Amino acid sequence: MSVPTTIRIQQSDFDTAAEIAALSAGRTDIGAVVTFCGVCRGGETAALTLEHYPDMAEAEIARHADIAIARWPLTGLTIIHRVGRILPGENIVLVVTASAHRQAAFHAAEFLMDYLKANAPFWKHEDTAGGKQWVETHARDDEALTRWDNS
Amino acid sequence: MKVKYFAWVRERIGKTEETIEPPAAVQTVGDLIAWLTQRGDEYAHAFDKPKVIRAAIDHAHVKAEASIAGAREIAFFPPMTGG
Repeated sequence: MSVPTTIRIQQSDFDTAAEIAALSAGRTDIGAVVTFCGVCRGGETAALTLEHYPDMAEAEIARHADIAIARWPLTGLTIIHRVGRILPGENIVLVVTASAHRQAAFHAAEFLMDYLKANAPFWKHEDTAGGKQWVETHARDDEALTRWDNS
Repeated sequence: MKVKYFAWVRERIGKTEETIEPPAAVQTVGDLIAWLTQRGDEYAHAFDKPKVIRAAIDHAHVKAEASIAGAREIAFFPPMTGG
């Protein structure tokens, strides 16, 4: 049976509670729902503008959703990534994983975020008091991927 | 074939996309980067650190040694920073 999967790339904000409700409505096979929500951090950052490669972003997210579904016994999956201008405190990305038991949901959510950060074609452009610049990648994002190779 | 550029690669080249017809000797993604680099200062600037540049053929990630034969759309962009 196919796993109910929702993937959206959108400018508008999302409502995490509404997404969980939509994923679980009318179902009794879900025992665990894990959510990860990435939020725009303030401090130096006055705003982020997210650029993306539309066709490829959808393809890459779908590809990673399929990998997660093949690897863990998920019963539902929602991935939403925002693009455009995002202010500190606003949502950027949402991953919701559902499963009969918590471990699969936890692991799949973390796996999806690690892979999306490194492989999904989105780029953050940052406004700061000192000017505008493209956000650079962190070595820790690539290191985060290696733990999934043998586990 | 169509070529697309994103983020600072797009800014440096000054184009979001273009249609190109590289010569037959240009066979791989790495060859294409080298060929684009000699088209002008803006390309040389965009590709001045070719190892940093990521590429995709028809919406799938590829390495520099990948063949471009049959490609409809090739994209060049910096390392990704979504999530």
